[in-house]
Amino acid sequence: MIDDLPLWLSILVSTMVVLGALLTMAGCFGLVRLKSFYLRIHSPTMGTSMGGGLILLASAIYFTITRERLVLHELVIFFFVTLTTPVTLMLLARATLFRDRVEGNDGVPRRPAKQEPDNPGPVV
Amino acid sequence: MKRLLPHPLLAAIILALWLILQQSAGLGHLLLGSAIAIGVSLAASAVLPERVEIGKAHKFIQLLAVAGLDIIRSNLAVMMVLFHLRPAPKAGFIEMQLELKNETGLAILAVLLTATPGSAWLEYDRARSTVLIHVFDLVDADEWVKMVKQRYEVLLLEIFP
Amino acid sequence: MSVTILGWSLFVAQVLLGIGMLATVYRMVIGPRAQDRILALDALYVVALLLLITLGIRNNSQIYFELAMLIGLLGFVGTVALAKFLMRGEVIE
Repeated sequence: MIDDLPLWLSILVSTMVVLGALLTMAGCFGLVRLKSFYLRIHSPTMGTSMGGGLILLASAIYFTITRERLVLHELVIFFFVTLTTPVTLMLLARATLFRDRVEGNDGVPRRPAKQEPDNPGPVV
Repeated sequence: MKRLLPHPLLAAIILALWLILQQSAGLGHLLLGSAIAIGVSLAASAVLPERVEIGKAHKFIQLLAVAGLDIIRSNLAVMMVLFHLRPAPKAGFIEMQLELKNETGLAILAVLLTATPGSAWLEYDRARSTVLIHVFDLVDADEWVKMVKQRYEVLLLEIFP
Repeated sequence: MSVTILGWSLFVAQVLLGIGMLATVYRMVIGPRAQDRILALDALYVVALLLLITLGIRNNSQIYFELAMLIGLLGFVGTVALAKFLMRGEVIE
């Protein structure tokens, strides 16, 4: 860390980092606390949407002010992580639906009768 | 022009990412970035057959603002539940009929709904154009479907006609 | 003064992220099913990435950024491959 840091900058960055870490921690805590897989699939997105966004934005602001030039490459990580986590979650959820249906578990919506079970349909 | 740039939007995004990662907009970076962007968009045309057509681009900013607000609100609501500040809600599956048929529009809707902690997009059935969604805090299913249709689907139908 | 505030809040944030990592590891160990473990692994990747970003602010260095980027890329590819494996029993069809 550098010595001549403006007070407003350190307070802003501190608040954003702590709030972001708290949200991410809540998301991971949800993985432990929630009862079923379909409930747990909601909680990691807290870390990737708002928690991660706050920490990455704090880092971008900090380096922009201290280096005295525009530093935006944290936003690339944010863009990338926010776009890709939903994709992995959707794939995991479809895999779980498929496995639950094959095993005939309760509490899972049936596949409509029109489609053959071998053909899982187009991926979106 | 169409042969060289089958996906102009993809090429523009890749060029922007390249320049941000290099942290400069010098001539060399611009040239190399453009070459990479054109190469990638040519390679991607084998995988993405359809060109993405955008109707009203300014509505996209409105969509991002609406989604951003919803994501913030949903984050705080889920955090309250996880830290026992609010009683645990009833979760449930919803099957929802969509008018949106455009592939890019559906992909954007799926990413936005899943990025919101309160809802997760599970499965899309193209034959019946329905989607299965799991909702964390399900009070009234019809109300929820109406909310998604009003806030997201109308905008997406205007962006991708 | 301002350096102290930033240092302590970064410390608090890192402790919170560390607790989060322990929670994901707990879920990864107890399961009960394969998809639960993969979900926890994906969350662990994201928390590790954020921890590296806070380390970067603390040490005033941008080298951590490259590492964070690498973890993000690898995490995505790894989780997609594992999810594909669960669905079909093979990674490449």
